[in-house]
Order: sequence, then C-alpha cells, then structure tokens
Amino acid sequence: MSYLGYPDFFEPYIKKVEETRPARVEKRKKGEEFPFMSLKEREEILKYHPDYREEGKRELRVGPSKGYRIAHEFADLLEAKSRVDPDRVDLTRVDYDTDVLIIGGGGAGTVAAIIAAEYGVEVLMATKLRHGDANTMMAEGGIQAASKGEKDSPYYHYLDVMGGGHFKNDPEIVATFVKQAPDALRWLESLGVMFSKYPDGRLESMHGGGTCRKRMHYCADLSGMEIMRTLRDEARNKENIKVLEFCPAVELILNRRGQCAGALLYNLETEEYLVCKAKAVVLATGGCGRLHIQGFMTTNHYGATADGIVLGYRAGVPLAFMHTVQYHPTGVVFPEQIEGWLITERFRSEGADIVNVHGEKFVNEREPRDVESARYIKECLDGKGIPTPTGKVGVWLDSPMIDILHGEGRVRTAFVGKWKVYYRLGIDISKAPMLVYPTLHYQNGGLKNNSECETVIPGLYVAGEVTGGLHGENRLMGNSLMDIVVFGRIAGRNAALFAKEKAKEDKLTLEHVKRYHEELEKAGIVTDRVSPMLLPDYTRPEVRQKQLTAAYLGTLR
Amino acid sequence: MRSEVNMNSQDPPDVSVREEEKKAVKLIPIYIMGKRYEVPEGLTIMKAMEYAGYKFIRGCGCRGGTCGACGTVYRKPGDYKLQVALACQKTVEPGMYLAQIPFFPVNRARYDFAKLSGAPEEIFRLYPELFRCVACNACTKACPQGIEVMDAISALKQGNISEAAQLSFDCIQCGLCTSRCFGELAQYHMFQVARRIYGGKIVARAKHLEEMVRAIDEGKFDDILEELKKKGEKELKQLYESREIEPVGSGEDWVPKDKAYLLV
Repeated sequence: MSYLGYPDFFEPYIKKVEETRPARVEKRKKGEEFPFMSLKEREEILKYHPDYREEGKRELRVGPSKGYRIAHEFADLLEAKSRVDPDRVDLTRVDYDTDVLIIGGGGAGTVAAIIAAEYGVEVLMATKLRHGDANTMMAEGGIQAASKGEKDSPYYHYLDVMGGGHFKNDPEIVATFVKQAPDALRWLESLGVMFSKYPDGRLESMHGGGTCRKRMHYCADLSGMEIMRTLRDEARNKENIKVLEFCPAVELILNRRGQCAGALLYNLETEEYLVCKAKAVVLATGGCGRLHIQGFMTTNHYGATADGIVLGYRAGVPLAFMHTVQYHPTGVVFPEQIEGWLITERFRSEGADIVNVHGEKFVNEREPRDVESARYIKECLDGKGIPTPTGKVGVWLDSPMIDILHGEGRVRTAFVGKWKVYYRLGIDISKAPMLVYPTLHYQNGGLKNNSECETVIPGLYVAGEVTGGLHGENRLMGNSLMDIVVFGRIAGRNAALFAKEKAKEDKLTLEHVKRYHEELEKAGIVTDRVSPMLLPDYTRPEVRQKQLTAAYLGTLR
Repeated sequence: MRSEVNMNSQDPPDVSVREEEKKAVKLIPIYIMGKRYEVPEGLTIMKAMEYAGYKFIRGCGCRGGTCGACGTVYRKPGDYKLQVALACQKTVEPGMYLAQIPFFPVNRARYDFAKLSGAPEEIFRLYPELFRCVACNACTKACPQGIEVMDAISALKQGNISEAAQLSFDCIQCGLCTSRCFGELAQYHMFQVARRIYGGKIVARAKHLEEMVRAIDEGKFDDILEELKKKGEKELKQLYESREIEPVGSGEDWVPKDKAYLLV
C-alpha cells in the first residue's frame, strides 16, 4: 500500500503538508515572504552547521599549512604516504610528452584544454574516469552572470559573492570572476549551449540563495549536463587535445628549477605508473564528496576524492578555506535508492516551500546554503523533522506548489530530470512533496591560488573546485558552473603561455615526495595509509572479511 | 511500523535502527553476468553489485542518472525481451540476469563548429549513415531516459534540427540506443551536433548579454570594482545589508530604485 507513491508510513505526514498548502500558496501569490535572517541571526544559526563542530577537525602536522585545522577526512589523506616509492620511479623513461597536461576531465579541465589548444599547443588531458564524469555533469540549478544591465551588474554580483562567503573571500579573485562572468556566458552561448530563453533570445533568469537580483541562467534543470557535454564535444573536435581516460595522476613531477614539469599517472586497468612530462600543468581534479566528511551522504560523483589537494599539497602548495565544506540543503533522504541525490535549489527559487512535520514554514528558502542547511539541521534537532521508516529524518520540500503557482505541468517540464527519476520510483513530484536533508556537496576551499590561477609553483595552474578563495567560506548556487568557465579559461591561457614562453627544460624529480615522507616520519606519523584515494570503497565488511589473499601474486589479488 | 527516531543527534540519525531493518530486509537472487548472488530487495543494480562485492572502475560515474556511464542490459526469467536500464537508477528484481555495457565503440565525426552554417546537409555529410535508419524503433525502446529517439532521428532526416535538438535534450549519451541499432547509427553524437547548432545558430542570441560584455570591455565597471576591492568588512556588510532585493514574483520589467551601478 502506498500514499502518492510513498509507503503508508508517510501518509499522515504528507496529509499535514497538504492541509497547510492552500494557505501557503495564497501567501506566495500575494508575494508575502518568510523574513530573511539578519547577519546577526545568521551567525546564531550557523552554530548548527557541521563546519562548526570542532571535534570533526584536527590540526595538520605536516606540510605548508601545518597547524591548520581541517576535517579529519582531509587530514587523513594529507598525513599519508605516496602510492609509490619515489625511488623506484624511473623519470628518465618518459611515457607521454606534451606541452600542457590537464589533470581532470570535468568542466574546468575541459575549458582549460579548449583554450590552451586554441593557443596552438599540444594538450594532454588525464582523467580518472571517463571524460566528463564529473560534478559539472551533475550541476542542475544554473550559472550566475550579471547579464541584464537594467537591473544588475558585476557590482551586485560582487556583493552577493562576498556576503555568501562571509566576506572572507579573496577580493581580487572575486572581482576577476564577476567581471569576466558575462563574457564566459557569451562564450558558452556561442558554443551552442541550449540556454532556456524567451523567443527574442533574452535569457531566462531566476534567484538563487543569497542573490539580490535574478542572475541565475539555466538549461531546464540539466544545466551542468548541457554545458559539460557541449564543452566535451568542442574538446573532441580539436586535433591537438588528446585524452587519457582511467588514468588519474598520483603525484606531480617537478624539475630541478622548481617548475612543475608533469605528473605520474596511474593506469587503473593495467596498474602501471606512467611518467608524463609537460611544460605546464593545470590541476582541475574537482571536489571531495566521496570522503563522506562527518559521515554525511553526498551528491558528488564516484571519483570526487580530493586527489588534487593531495598532489598540490605534497608539492608545496598551501591550502585556503579548507576549514569549510558545503552541505547542500536539499539532498534526498527518501526513497533510499536515490539517497543523497541533489534536489536543485531552483525548486525553492520557483516557489516550493520548506516545511516541518507540522506543515509549517520555518525559514526563507533563499538564504545562503550554509545558513539554509544549518536551519534544517536545527529544525530536526528540535524534534520537528519528518522521520523515515529506517530511522532517518528530513524536512519537506513542497514541490506540488510549483504547479499550483505556475500552472499544471510546470514541474514536469522545468524539472524534467528530477520528475523522471522520481516517477520511475513511483512518485509524481508534481503531486507529492520530497523529503530532504543537507548533503555533502562542495569543497568551498582548496589549493591557494591567485586570480591568474597561479600557485606558488611556477608552471602549476589550478581551476575549479580544487581551488580556494573565490567562494570564501561558502559558495552560492550557480557560482561553481561559472567558476569553472571563467577560471578554466584563465588557467588554459596561462598554462599555454607558460609552456610557450617560460618553461625551461631540466631534469625531472620527485624529491618533494621524498621530503614529504621524511616530514611525516619526523612528525611521528606512522601509517600504512596511502593517498590520493582515487576511488571510494563501498565493500561491505562481511565481504572484506573474506578477502583473505595473503600476498599479491600473479593475476589475482 | 514507526521506528524510534533519534532526532537529538547531529550524526546520521540512528544507525542501530537501520541495522535492525537491514536484518529484516528480504534477500532476492540476481545473476551478475550469469553468476548468482543474493542481495537485499530495493537496492539499485549498482548498489546490489557493490553489496555482492564488486568494486567499480568502469560502469560507474555520477551515481545520479545524468552521466550515462552505467548502461546495463538485463533479462527477466521466462521473458525473451532484452531490457535496458541505468545501473544507478534501476531497482533489482528477483531472478534478473544482467550485464553492464561500460563502453561501446561508435563512429564520431570531427567537425569545426564555428564553420558550420547550420544547414541540415552539414549533418548529412558528417553522418551519412543517418539514412540507414530503417525506423525499427529499437533505439526508442532502449532509451533509459524515455526519449523518442527514433522520432528525433526522423526529424534530423527531414532536416528539422530544432525538433531533433529539443526531443533529445535529456540525452545522457549512454549509447544504449546505438548498441541496439540495426542501421549502426551513433544517434547521440548526431543529436549533440543538432543541439549545438540549435543553441548556437538557430535560437536568437541574447542582446542584453552582448551589451553587458561590451560595457565591461569598455571599462565601465573598472573603477567601481577597484573601489569595492578596497572596502573593509564593515563597509561591505553595510552595502550588503542595504542592497535592494528583487522580489521573487517580479517580471522581466522589474527595475531597482538605485541605478548608480547599472548600465543605464
């Protein structure tokens, strides 16, 4: 038996939402909003955010940001050894030789590859999974750029980015970002990205959490997918871009002048480690969701294991803003098949309420993400969440309101991706609400860089989620898709120019890895743990207990 | 059947209840590439394979139904029909025989997008095999996204790029259509060209965007941003709190009161 596709268990809870819905719809129609929090009220609520749990963090004992308190899951990876013994790698035998090496095949890496290729250099892209298997592909909500000059400009975009990031962001990086965002959007348009538009070509736009103007542009609810597949197609058209799939980088390679001069790649299928020599390197490895920080479920793709942080840090690049991690307010709690799955913020932008077990609103749906998430967590801690049969808890996202507000069929057309997946599971989200809870979504910080995507290592550029500074302590919706385009372009250009003009030929070295191992030893860190993690392990303990091979011999582990 | 729920902890709530529930879960047999495993009902194919002990390198990507990495074919007992699904989306059924198709070799034509005029003949030249379609509809039946693949191919054959682009918008490029195609078409690569032509050469460009880009290039916001960069936290907070918020129900004609930082 079921009620609107949910198990009977939920019937009384859903009926409560239905009971309060007409009055809430009326308020929306009149334009009555739940009041936004003041900056002071935000501070109070943020105490419920997982970032503020001190027991979830520890001080790093090694490396350029020694003493910095970050999540245990990051610290574990940074206080680990290389996957290889650097002395056993023969750097004189080069397997791949290229001008620009791009590490990572997501949005930022692909944009960098396209632009570098346009400067006429040879580009090699090494990616852990397939080209395009990345968080970019999964981004749904949209992409921010101040495009409508009669009501918006880079000035307002700047204020919103800073406010979302608690005013801690790097001002130079933010200024570059908001100023170049419109041109980046125009570039995507020229590549043929199918943005949602009015018949005269005017871009549709809407609010996101923390925006003061409707600046979020989108391609239905598949914005990231549409952008990623278009970029990938463009990259595939370029003869001077080669792609190595299932070949993640496990260490950066430097040369004796201290320039970044390539990377050690790992063929996941043949288990060989391969030397790739390059004149410049772009690190664009994305985020960290699969580390399941503080035990949270995640929206991220299978390969999001923070590899780039490990590579860059071992080579000497400090960290920035790694003390904060973004939990997206609305991840699916039930049905469990899609647990952790992202429900785009656009549902809230289009007028779907967030309500508690009593069917009451308790928050404006468009607070910045960290504030919004913390508020849901508080509501559940106060006993006003909705339980599930398997002991979880969440709040309702009242999606049927969207059809009532905008006309029947709106959910189905504007949120086609979401609607289909729920429908396959027996739930029509234009009739039934969705049960949600915060889910691990984005790495706010990363490797320290400047607005030219440079790091402390000459020849090493970074772009996208692996970087730290643009978003400060909290990213706003729609700024990550724009991040990868604006800074992917800058990184691609600068890497190509470095390869052409500044790179110097010299002996390759992994000395930095050896030094890092020594530092671990000096700090008294005794561990068998190796990093980067590359892929998460979801093997059940019952299975693992039976995997008893004593030593790796021949074909079978 | 309501379980006790621990809502006073910030940890993932009540793991103990979950474990208990797990014990009560019914196990069902599935056959992964012909080999029998017992897995809990209600799991997706992907999670069931992991439950059985598989560790993915290929055949697993976003785990959310958008990347197309986990195309899977299966048959149910006593049924001649070959079915398709995404492993991360499809729930296991008792007795299902399944195999993943993590890679499928296809023909992709290289082209220079900037040089395309947008005429249908260009797609015909890139993919002459388009006309090998015999309208058998196997592609549509194979699409885990429920796309009318054959209709989109027919639209392309008729030179209707706009329709092909719109019909194929949800395409995740998993290649299952291609794996079943009698005429050996790579439908999803053809649709990719169609969507790019539609988005870049058929739909009107955004004039307001072009105007903003021009104004930025002319330096209109340089001084404004220079000043903002110099402002301390206190001053920024004041500007932030006093900024006018566009009402959520506003139309395209809404304009703010303060126009000092706009393009007017």
